Amino acid sequence: MSLSESLEFQNVQSSVTGARIKWFIACSVEDVPENGGACVKYGEEQIAVYNFTRRGEWFATQNLCPHKQQMVLSRGMIGSHGEHCEPKVACPFHKKTFSLLTGDCLNSDDCESIKTYPVKVKEGKVYIGVGIETI
Amino acid sequence: METTKPTVVVIGNGMVGYKFCEKLVAKSKDFNVIVFGEESRIAYDRVHLSEYFSGKTADDLSLSSSDWYKENGITLYLGDPVQEINRTAKTVHSLHGMAIQYDYLVLATGSSAFVPNIPGVEKDGVFVYRTIEDLELIQSYAGKAKRGAVIGGGLLGLEAAKALLDLGIPETHVVEFAPRLMPRQIDDVGSKMLQYKLSQLGLQIHLNKNTSSIEGNGKIEALQFADDSKLHVDMLVISAGIRPRDELARLSGLEVGSRGGILVNEKLQTSDASIFAIGECALYNNMIYGLVAPGYDMAEVVAANICGGSKSFTGFDMSTKLKLIGVDVASFGDPFISEPECRSVIFEDTHKGTYKRINITQDGKHLLGGILIGDASAYNMLLQTVNNKIVLPPDPEDLILGSRGGAASEGAGVMNLPDDALICSCEAVSKGAICAAVTEQNACTIDQMKKCTKAGTGCGGCVPMVKDLIAGTMKSQGLYVKNVICEHFDYSRQELFDLIKINGIKTYDETLNLYGKGDGCEVCKPAVASIMASLWNDMILKQDTIQDSNDRYLANIQKGGTYSVVPRIAGGEITPEKLIALGEVAKKYGLYTKITGGQRIDMFGAHVSDLPKIWEELIAAGFESGHAYGKSLRTVKSCVGSTWCRFGLHDSVSFAIEIEERYRGVRAPHKLKGGVSGCIRECAEAQGKDFGIIATEKGWNLYVCGNGGSKPQHAQLLAADVDKETCIKYLDRFLIFYIKTADPLTRTATWLNKMEGGMSYLKNVIVNNSLGIGAQLEAEMQYLVETYKCEWKEVVETPELRKRFNHFVNAPVEKDPTVKFESMRAQIKAVEW
Ligand code: SRM
Ligand SMILES: Cc1cc2nc3c(=O)[nH]c(=O)nc-3n(C[C@H](O)[C@H](O)[C@H](O)COP(=O)(O)OP(=O)(O)OC[C@H]3O[C@@H](n4cnc5c(N)ncnc54)[C@H](O)[C@@H]3O)c2cc1C
Ligand code: SF4
Ligand code: FES
Repeated sequence: MSLSESLEFQNVQSSVTGARIKWFIACSVEDVPENGGACVKYGEEQIAVYNFTRRGEWFATQNLCPHKQQMVLSRGMIGSHGEHCEPKVACPFHKKTFSLLTGDCLNSDDCESIKTYPVKVKEGKVYIGVGIETI
Repeated sequence: METTKPTVVVIGNGMVGYKFCEKLVAKSKDFNVIVFGEESRIAYDRVHLSEYFSGKTADDLSLSSSDWYKENGITLYLGDPVQEINRTAKTVHSLHGMAIQYDYLVLATGSSAFVPNIPGVEKDGVFVYRTIEDLELIQSYAGKAKRGAVIGGGLLGLEAAKALLDLGIPETHVVEFAPRLMPRQIDDVGSKMLQYKLSQLGLQIHLNKNTSSIEGNGKIEALQFADDSKLHVDMLVISAGIRPRDELARLSGLEVGSRGGILVNEKLQTSDASIFAIGECALYNNMIYGLVAPGYDMAEVVAANICGGSKSFTGFDMSTKLKLIGVDVASFGDPFISEPECRSVIFEDTHKGTYKRINITQDGKHLLGGILIGDASAYNMLLQTVNNKIVLPPDPEDLILGSRGGAASEGAGVMNLPDDALICSCEAVSKGAICAAVTEQNACTIDQMKKCTKAGTGCGGCVPMVKDLIAGTMKSQGLYVKNVICEHFDYSRQELFDLIKINGIKTYDETLNLYGKGDGCEVCKPAVASIMASLWNDMILKQDTIQDSNDRYLANIQKGGTYSVVPRIAGGEITPEKLIALGEVAKKYGLYTKITGGQRIDMFGAHVSDLPKIWEELIAAGFESGHAYGKSLRTVKSCVGSTWCRFGLHDSVSFAIEIEERYRGVRAPHKLKGGVSGCIRECAEAQGKDFGIIATEKGWNLYVCGNGGSKPQHAQLLAADVDKETCIKYLDRFLIFYIKTADPLTRTATWLNKMEGGMSYLKNVIVNNSLGIGAQLEAEMQYLVETYKCEWKEVVETPELRKRFNHFVNAPVEKDPTVKFESMRAQIKAVEW
C-alpha cells in the first residue's frame, strides 16, 4: 500500500456517543503476522498494531516502551495474563508487559502505562482510531 | 415494604462516601440508601489521580459503575450538591430541589484544596490539584506553558510537580515556605537527599520562600516573594494543604473545629447523634486525616454501628510512602523523635542518594519510627515492626542495611508477624486473613488474593508483602510448588518436551490447544519454540511470533532498537579476504565493529531493514549465521594448537572448527559454548565452557558444564584420553540429554547443579549408557546435524521472509526516525537511555 493511500481518513460515526472516531487506514490484514505485531507510521507517531489471531481480535498501542523509551513494542511477544486472560504485550527489551486493553504495565508498579487505540478491520484493511471528532 | 426501611442519606460521593456504601450494603440490605454527589462523576480513585496524565481515563479511575449502585438498590444523584440540612425535620435539600427525609445522615464531603490568600490567585494559569476537572484544566493549559511552579513542597505538591514535568513543561519549580521538603514527614537531612534526587529528575526546589503576590496582566507571569526575589512562571499549581468541606455542617449548626473540620466522637457522630461525618471532612481528636486509609476505617465504623455494631475509631497511623515515580520516600511511626528519648541509627549514601533513619527505644528493644529516602524497600516491614511492637533483633541496623552474612531471609520476617498485623491498611486486611485465604480458599496468586480479601487493591504498597505471605504460607503448608513453565502450562519443560515429541506436535498453537490454557505469553512461547527447534529443526521463522525478539529478527536487538550482526567465524579462524569483506560491509552500512569475547567479530547498529541486505553481502562473501541471537551454539573457542604453538599436542583449531560446524544452529534451553585447547596450559579457557576439550598425550579430555557469567564454575571431567570419535559421541549424547531435560533458560552448569546424583549420574548416563538411550541420543543429534540450514541464507533468498524486516509496514522504505547515534573513537555508539 502506498503511503498516501494509507494516510487517508475514514470517518465512521459512533452510535454510542454521537461523536466520530477518526479512523486511519493503517495497513492490510496480511501485513501483520499472525499472533504478532507490526509498526505503523501515522504522521510523526509510531503505532504498534497486533493481530491477535488466537482471540480473533486486533489491538493497537503506542510503539514506544515507556521503560527505557525504546521504539520496539511492535516487535514484542503477545499473550495473555491472569485468570481473565487479559491480552498483553511483552517488551522485547526487559520484558515489561502491558495490558492491550488498558495499557497498564502488568508486572511493575513504577512503570508508566502505554496509550491504546481502537482497531477495526473491514474488507481486509486494518483501521486504527486515532482521535475523536465532534460533530 | 420499601417504606419501612430506615433511610441512610450520604452526602458526598468521593472515595470514603463510596466505601461507606460498599461496606453498608455488604453488611445489610435493610436500608434505603440515597447518595448525593456534587461532582458529576461517580466516585473515582483520587489517590491515583496523577495517573490521569499518564494515560488513565476517568473510566479507569472510577471505583465502580452506575450498574453497581442500581444492583445494590442505591439511589445516586450526581451533580446535585446538598445545600441545606433541616435537622428538626430530618430532611436534606439539594440544589436541584430534591428533599429527602433521613434516619441517618452521613457527611462524607471530603476537603478542598486550601488556597492561601495571596494577591493575584484569581489570575489565569493558577490551578489547584484535587479533581479530574482540575487536571483537565491543567492539561489543556500546560500545552502553552514553558515554566511551571507548584506552591507547596509536601506530599501532594511534589506529586503535582512531577505531573507538570510529565506534561512536558520544560522547567518546573517547587516553592516551599518551610526550610525543608515534606516538613510533616521527613527531617532536614532527608529533605536534602530528596532535594538532590528531585533535582536529578529535573525539578528546581526553592525553600524558605514566602510568596507575597502573583504578578501578571490577567494571567500569571511571575511569583513575587517576600525576600524581594522573583520567579517567572506562566503556570502555577497551588498545593498548600487541604481545607475540610464543613460549610454545610456549619450552616446546619453542627459543631466544627476552630480551624475547620466537623467535630466527631469515636463513633464518628457529630454534635447531632443521627448525623455522622467520615473521611477528610471529619475532625477527630483535633486531627484531620488527609489519607484514604483512615477514611475507609471511619466508613467501616459507621457502617457497622448503623447495623447494630459497636465499633470505635481510635485514630490512625499516618505513616506514608510517596508514590512519586522515580524517587522512594517513606516515613513511618514517629520519624522525628530524637535523643535523649531514643537512639537513632542513620545510614547515608550520598553517592547513591539514599538516606535511612530509624529511631529505636533506649533499651534497643522497639522501633519507634523512621525515614527512608532513595530506597524504601524496607518500608512495609519497618511499618509492621513499629505497629506491632515487634521486639528488635540484636543488630537493629540490619533492618535498614540488610543482614550482612546472616541467614534470615526477608520472607521469614513476614511470617514472624503476629496474626493481627495489619498488612493492607487501605482495606484493613490482617496477616491472619491473608494466610487464611491461602489455606482455606486456595488463593495462591496475588490476583486471587485481591479477589478474596481485597488486599493490595488500594494504594498497592503492600503487594510485595502479600506475595511473601502467600509464598511463606504455601511453604509452611508443605504445598508443592510445581516447577511449571508459566501460568499457561501445568507442565515442566521436560514433560512438555516429551508430550510434543511423542505426539509429533509441530506448532505452538496446537500445543496450547492440547495442553495449555489462555493465550500464551513471553515465557511459554519461546520455551515451546526452543523445544520444537531442538526436536524438528524447522526453519525458525515458520513460527516467527513465538520466538524471542532476537530469534524473530535473527539478530540481537540493541539499545535504541538497532541490531547487531555476528557471522560465524568457526574456531576463531578467518582468512584475510573474509576480514576485508567484513570491513567493507561494516563501512557500507555504517556499523560499529568489535572483536567479541567469543573470538569473532560483531557489527552493531544495523537498522532492521538493512539486515537482509547486509546478510546478502556476507553470505556472498562465504559467511553464515553465527546464531548470536539464539539459545543455541555460539562459539567453540580455540587456541592455535599444534599447527603453530611450540607446546601444542594436537590440532586444536581443526577440532574446534569441526565441532562448531557440527553443532551450529542446534537450539537448546540456553546458549551453548565450547572450547578446545591444544594442551593443559588451556589458552582456550575450555574449562569455562559448557563443553571443553583439552589435548592430552594420549588423546583428548572432555569436560562439561562449565560456565562464565556471574557465577563462574569450572567444567568437570566427563571422559579422559578419548579419541576424537568417542569425544564427539559423548558430546552428542551429552548435548541432547541436556536439551531434553533442562528447565528453560538453564545453562548446563546450573542444570548439573540441580541434577540428583550430579556428575557421577551424568557420567553413568553418557559414558556407561546406564539408561540405554545412548544410541537414541546420538541419532537425534545426527538428525539435527543433517537438517542444519543457515537461516539467514533462507531469508535472503525468500522475498516473503525479507519483507518481515521492515520497521514500518505502511512505509517499508523508511527507517525508524527515532534511532540516534553518537560518535566515539571514530565509530558510532548508541545514545544513552
Ligand atoms: C558480544 C559479546 C561481548 C563482547 O563484545 O565480547 C557478548 C554480548 C552479550 N552477551 Fe555475553 N557476550 C559475549 C561473550 C560472553 C562470554 C565470553 C565467552 O563466550 O567466552 C561470556 C562468559 C562465558 C559464558 O557464557 O559462560 C558471556 C556471558 C554472558 C551471559 C551470562 C551467562 C551465564 O551463564 O550466566 C549473558 C546473559 C545471558 O545469556 O542470560 C550474556 C549475554 C549477552 C548479550 C546477549 C546480552 C543481551 O541480551 O543483549 C549480549 C549481546 C551482544 C550482541 O547483541 O551481539 N553473556 N558472554 C560476546 C559475544 C561472544 C560471541 O562471539 O558470541
Ligand atoms: C492528587 C492526590 C493524591 C493523593 N494521594 C494520596 C495517597 O497517596 N495516599 C492517601 O492515603 N491519600 C491520598 N490522597 C488523599 C485522598 O484522595 C483523600 O484522603 C480521599 O479522597 C478522601 O476521601 P473523601 O471521600 O473524604 O473526600 P473526597 O474524595 O474529596 O470526596 C468528597 C466528595 O464530596 C463532594 N461534596 C462536597 N460537598 C458536597 C455536598 N454538599 N453535596 C454533595 N457532595 C459534596 C465533593 O465534591 C467530593 O466529590 C490524595 C489526594 C489527591 C488530590
Ligand atoms: S594451549 Fe597449549 S597449544 Fe594452545 S597455545 Fe596454549 S600452549 Fe599452545
Ligand atoms: S525498554 Fe521496554 S522493558 Fe525496558
